[in-house]
Amino acid sequence: MPFETDLLIHQSVKGRCGVDLPTPEVRNRTGQNLRESIGLPEVSEPQVMRHYTRLSHQNYSIDENFYPLGSCTMKHNPRLNEKLARLEGFAHLHPLQSEEHSQGALEVIYQLTDWLKKLSGMPGLTLDPAAGAHGELTGMMMVRKAHEAKGNPRKIVLVPDSAHGTNPATAATCKYTIVTIKTGDDGMVDMDAFNAAVKEHGEDIAAFMLTNPSTCGLFEPNVKVIADTLHDIGAYFYCDGANFNAIVGKVLPGDLGIDVMQINLHKTFSTPHGGGGPGSGPVMVSEALVPYLPIPYVEKKKDGTFALVKENETSIGRIKGFHGQFGMMIRALAYMMSHGADGLQKVAEDAVLNANYILHNLKDDFHVPYPGPCMHECLLTHKKQKEHGVTTMNIAKALLDAGYHPMTVYFPLVVDGAMLIEPTETESRETMDGFIAAMKTIAKRAQDGDATAFHAQPQTTFRKRLDETQAARKPVLVEDK
Amino acid sequence: MRYLPHTDESRKDMLRAIGAQHIDELYTHVPKETLMSEPLSSLPSHMGEMQVESHIKALAEKNTPTSKMPSFLGGGCYHHHIPASVDHLIQRGEFLTTYTPYQPEVSQGTLTYVYEFQNYIARLTGMDIANASMYDGATADTEAALMAKRLTKRNNVIIYPCVHPDYIDVLKSYSTHSNGTVELGTEPDENTACVIIQSPNYYGLVFDLKELREKCDAVGAKLVVAVNEIVSLGLLPAPEMADIVAGEAQSIGVPMSFGGPHLGFFACKKEYMRQMPGRLCGKTVDADGKEGFVLTLNTREQHIRRDKATSNICTNQGLCALAFTIHLGLLGETGFKTLAQLNHTQACKLADTLESIEGVTLKTETFFNEVTASFPISTELLSTELSKRSIIGGIPVGETKHSMVFCATELTSDEDISKLNNAIEHILKEQESNGGLSHAV
Ligand SMILES: Cc1ncc(COP(=O)(O)O)c(C=O)c1O
Repeated sequence: MPFETDLLIHQSVKGRCGVDLPTPEVRNRTGQNLRESIGLPEVSEPQVMRHYTRLSHQNYSIDENFYPLGSCTMKHNPRLNEKLARLEGFAHLHPLQSEEHSQGALEVIYQLTDWLKKLSGMPGLTLDPAAGAHGELTGMMMVRKAHEAKGNPRKIVLVPDSAHGTNPATAATCKYTIVTIKTGDDGMVDMDAFNAAVKEHGEDIAAFMLTNPSTCGLFEPNVKVIADTLHDIGAYFYCDGANFNAIVGKVLPGDLGIDVMQINLHKTFSTPHGGGGPGSGPVMVSEALVPYLPIPYVEKKKDGTFALVKENETSIGRIKGFHGQFGMMIRALAYMMSHGADGLQKVAEDAVLNANYILHNLKDDFHVPYPGPCMHECLLTHKKQKEHGVTTMNIAKALLDAGYHPMTVYFPLVVDGAMLIEPTETESRETMDGFIAAMKTIAKRAQDGDATAFHAQPQTTFRKRLDETQAARKPVLVEDK
Repeated sequence: MRYLPHTDESRKDMLRAIGAQHIDELYTHVPKETLMSEPLSSLPSHMGEMQVESHIKALAEKNTPTSKMPSFLGGGCYHHHIPASVDHLIQRGEFLTTYTPYQPEVSQGTLTYVYEFQNYIARLTGMDIANASMYDGATADTEAALMAKRLTKRNNVIIYPCVHPDYIDVLKSYSTHSNGTVELGTEPDENTACVIIQSPNYYGLVFDLKELREKCDAVGAKLVVAVNEIVSLGLLPAPEMADIVAGEAQSIGVPMSFGGPHLGFFACKKEYMRQMPGRLCGKTVDADGKEGFVLTLNTREQHIRRDKATSNICTNQGLCALAFTIHLGLLGETGFKTLAQLNHTQACKLADTLESIEGVTLKTETFFNEVTASFPISTELLSTELSKRSIIGGIPVGETKHSMVFCATELTSDEDISKLNNAIEHILKEQESNGGLSHAV
């Protein structure tokens, strides 16, 4: 069991310090009275080291074990990429340095752009967005601007009920009204519902935001029909490409009639998730949307050098400070080069193979809402276990005691008690067999009427079930000073 | 392929186990004509670690980083020293290779540092509460404006022209599709949701907030203070008068990295808690009564509230927040204040130097670690000439193109400053003898 450690603020002893800085001459040209007490801790370096090392032991990570968190693509994070992002020529480069001083960095951006254009089959691209949701926003701002250029921003964005929450939140941020399209019994877009919405709202529709491969772990078979239908009414086809890992190197989104798609470098291209970021959310666009790409972007000049373009009349403008999450771009480029075209195709194939392997092995023990084959993640529900009083939440907490991080739970919202399992391509068959065995044991325990024991789980974790109700009812977000 | 555990043999076995002959049978829903069975020929095939490393190293070497010569660039991204233990700790796999703490029982490490981060940001800014990070300063201030609109149910935003130009641009981009206006430095009125000011501002000037606070109060507008050099809060009084303090915390623990990833922060008064964007971590207890942390007040967020969410943000800047939290812990109360004084003292020396050069005028009377000076030559020429002398000058600003913002940090040595002094004197003399001085300042 990991060691306990108090908040650093509570370990403070007056007079301790974890750095040795030169003693500055005291001057004051701020025009202000100098700052009084802030309330920061006073601790030595070894205390800091021990505190954070202890905290690290309280976490679960990919490095330690299987992390099948659906929709998040928790794959291995190569340390080569960490090393390269820390090279002096990158880490100490200021974003406002001259083009002459930053040719190598601009070339990284240019090369990564080239890889992504080829992998997507789409002609335009921005690397500016900071994460997937930021990419969505950038994409939808382009959609809006393109409609405005034609004289009417339109009113409605269609979003399936299976969509990730960021999709409707993004469309709403762009001041669109959301019309929800229901998912059919097969887990795909209900084409009758889609066609009815198109018929009803016609040219009020600005775009359809579809996640493909979907949040149900399926590839949308009607994707081209959907694209044609949207284009017929002058609407744009937005694809949430968070699940690109299933099709990288296998399908070019540009071949599917997609107009705009964000992907997450922190998913498919393995930049570390870091406990919740930083991410990076490049957006690819069709020819129609190229004029609206945000600034800045990199261009190759005739003489072979690279330039940062900061002005463009038709652009949606700037969406982030400086030029995007550059450190993530270096990592993604190294990742792509390490795999190459052949390796990236294998990434998709192995990811899909692994998810189907898990689906195949668990389909008799758990309810499978939609028939396979699945893409890079498989969707199960708690239907069978619920009959015995065991829910998805109980299954998740039982997995913790079995030494596994749970899958994504209760998402997507279209099935009751969803469990979305994404193994990724970097897991071996042996690892998955271990997980499958653990899931089978849980299923058997549920069937054997072990519900009460489930409710007391987890028992072996650093903390037991945390009281989330109290946390929300009486929020304590900071310590008293 | 070193990252893939399957062999061709095991792939076949697994396919057989699930009753398929060929991998493409798993792609049955993909339109046939779009499915690629062969790898893309337009891209190279896989490479070993040695090859990738030498390719990317060669790119890094084409750059001239600020560590190679004295640099006076600031402007929302600052060159500070980062203690070795920061980078060591954030590279621990348990932090690096985990995600958003959805399962708190096995994420207390992440949740605890996020809680510490919230505490530090709240204390530094003099606000009641803070969230667990935004993408960067520019988007954080835009989120502040959006929150002010929700709070006041008003649509117009005023931003001062001395705020970082990227922050202004991002706010404008986000506002094109909203009702209401974004105006530069006008007087607030009954339709103003908020006024955004930055202190120290883009030119380095430290601003007294009192008058602006009164103006906002007179019309019921919120006051948003942007801070993009967070080290300044070790010397300057906390902007407690603000309703929201949002900005950039890259200076502590996060390398410049050509502009990202950096670390946005967002702090405000407690009464706005339920309108805040992004993730919040709260303290609670577990089933045994032990103290622990969870993500809380999720009903504000996109995964619950969907199109009614306070923001669409999901993944934020977790690991950068960890770097900040560790670095600030090392500095502590005294180290942080000393660091701030060191920055200011070096900036004072820089200001003394610039003031002493004939023809150069210091424009910023009160400052923290950045000062603006105007020159009798164009800043374009000045930059080029400094660069020839192996000095990275400041940021050219102003309509007349004769002003430059210089930044000094604890990494700026006295020698760097005297080198700059000599170079500027030399350049001006050279220009004078060429008859190139203009006094159009
Ligand atoms: C389907 C889907 N869309 C969008 C997002 C948002 O991406 P990010 O968290 O990088 O903002 C996610 C992941 O969190 C996702 O799974």
